[in-house]
Amino acid sequence: MKPFNYTKTDDLKQSLSQKDETAQFIAGGTNLVDLMKKNVSQPDTLIDITKALPDTVEKSSNAVSVGAMARNTAVATNDTILAEYPLVAKALLSGASQQIRNMASIGGNLLQRTRCPYFYDTTTPCNKRKPGSGCSAYEGENRMSAVIGYNEQCVAVHPSDLCVALSALEAKVNITDSDNKAKSIAFDDFLKLPGTTPQKDNTLPDNALITAIEIPQYPFHKNYAYVKVRERDSYAFALISVAAALHLEGNKIVKARLASGGVAHQPWRWKASEQFLEGKAANATNFSEAALIAIKDIEPLSHNGFKVNMLKGAIETALKNCITV
Amino acid sequence: MIDKKKLSRRFFLKASGALAAFAAIPSSVKAFYEDTKSFFIPSKTVSKFKVSINKQQYEVDSDTRTTLLDLLRENLQLTGTKKGCDHGQCGACTVHIDGQTALSCLTLAAMVSEKEVTTIEGLADGDRLHPMQEAFVECDGFQCGYCTPGQVMSAVACVKERHTSSVGEIKEFMSGNLCRCGAYNGIVESIQKVALK
Repeated sequence: MKPFNYTKTDDLKQSLSQKDETAQFIAGGTNLVDLMKKNVSQPDTLIDITKALPDTVEKSSNAVSVGAMARNTAVATNDTILAEYPLVAKALLSGASQQIRNMASIGGNLLQRTRCPYFYDTTTPCNKRKPGSGCSAYEGENRMSAVIGYNEQCVAVHPSDLCVALSALEAKVNITDSDNKAKSIAFDDFLKLPGTTPQKDNTLPDNALITAIEIPQYPFHKNYAYVKVRERDSYAFALISVAAALHLEGNKIVKARLASGGVAHQPWRWKASEQFLEGKAANATNFSEAALIAIKDIEPLSHNGFKVNMLKGAIETALKNCITV
Repeated sequence: MIDKKKLSRRFFLKASGALAAFAAIPSSVKAFYEDTKSFFIPSKTVSKFKVSINKQQYEVDSDTRTTLLDLLRENLQLTGTKKGCDHGQCGACTVHIDGQTALSCLTLAAMVSEKEVTTIEGLADGDRLHPMQEAFVECDGFQCGYCTPGQVMSAVACVKERHTSSVGEIKEFMSGNLCRCGAYNGIVESIQKVALK
């Protein structure tokens, strides 16, 4: 690990004023410390922001605001989250291990880097780690990689479970930039596809900080599901995950939300499937049709063709679980 | 036989010559040498902080890169906490920070100042083992023992936070602690035993 200076302040403004391209913020450290050990991240300065950001869950009339410094465990066991946004708790609890959830912050969950093995292996080309060097996974070992929204520059997937739920619930990301200006970014505009800048995972401006996540109030707390398919039953990243939420009136679907992890560089919203479901009856036939619509545009790589059927099954299961579990 | 007197005279002459030559090197050359050295071997940054481990206060001067795990094992000789993977994947280094489990290998030591750390050494009450340690002995909760300190720290939290309603719930809570001997059944049994007390 490269030597670095360590500073800590309990003031947001001061934290932002210390940040430049040679510095990095550190919160939970569960991803960053590992990246530093592997020399993937080599900051000259670490700015400890654990005391500079809110860690509370605050309810307002039409939303809930989760402080960026709130630890994953605290949010997953929070009464408001459990009662009104249980999909968030379910997604959080399906990720990592209890030790890591105790340490990891909500802001850091959004900003964690991909677990593509080539990104961590500094002896191989990777456009995300070293822009212009090439993508080793595109024609290499790509079993865990993307099946949609990728290009030959990068086939990495975003590893977060929470983000899949936040995408489905149309959350907002509140940030403060280097000029101390507060801004709100819609979740689906926050995490991005690789495009020509695979080194950037998101649209967070340079030297800015996430301060909170805002989730709008909507009656998705009764009929929801998070299905995660992985290589072992716990403590593994998703091969495919599906966050589903339905607002039902009787058996009629008023509103549907469907998003997936493990398929793309950002959580993928299945908007055509959502539109298909809205106004229809919540039954197995319609759920299967919605899944077929979703897999229509999938283009697997050489090693992950299995994800097509897996995705179809996961979407059907998630939608069924919305009305049975 | 070596003539010690002769050797020491030769040594004296050589050494003084070398010293004179070194003194004659222009300072710019020395500065270049220092710059080059610092480029290849960056100097470490030390941070000073106080940390409380098992209710004992320590004042530490450590390289900012030091993880809590290395601080415990290398600086404070608290070697009960084990280094397995050093990348947050195995749970062998599990400790409690402010009463909650955490991975000491992914925690920078400087970040735990003002916090209370409990390690496996802090569980027993003098010569009396913690009930969870006793249960591990009674239920064969280990074989080689390397993952055991981490397993016990997570197991204590599992009971304290009441994740013991079923075998499934215990296994889910304990999934961050790997045991390559496969003592899982004994570990689950140990937790169930303590949960019933």
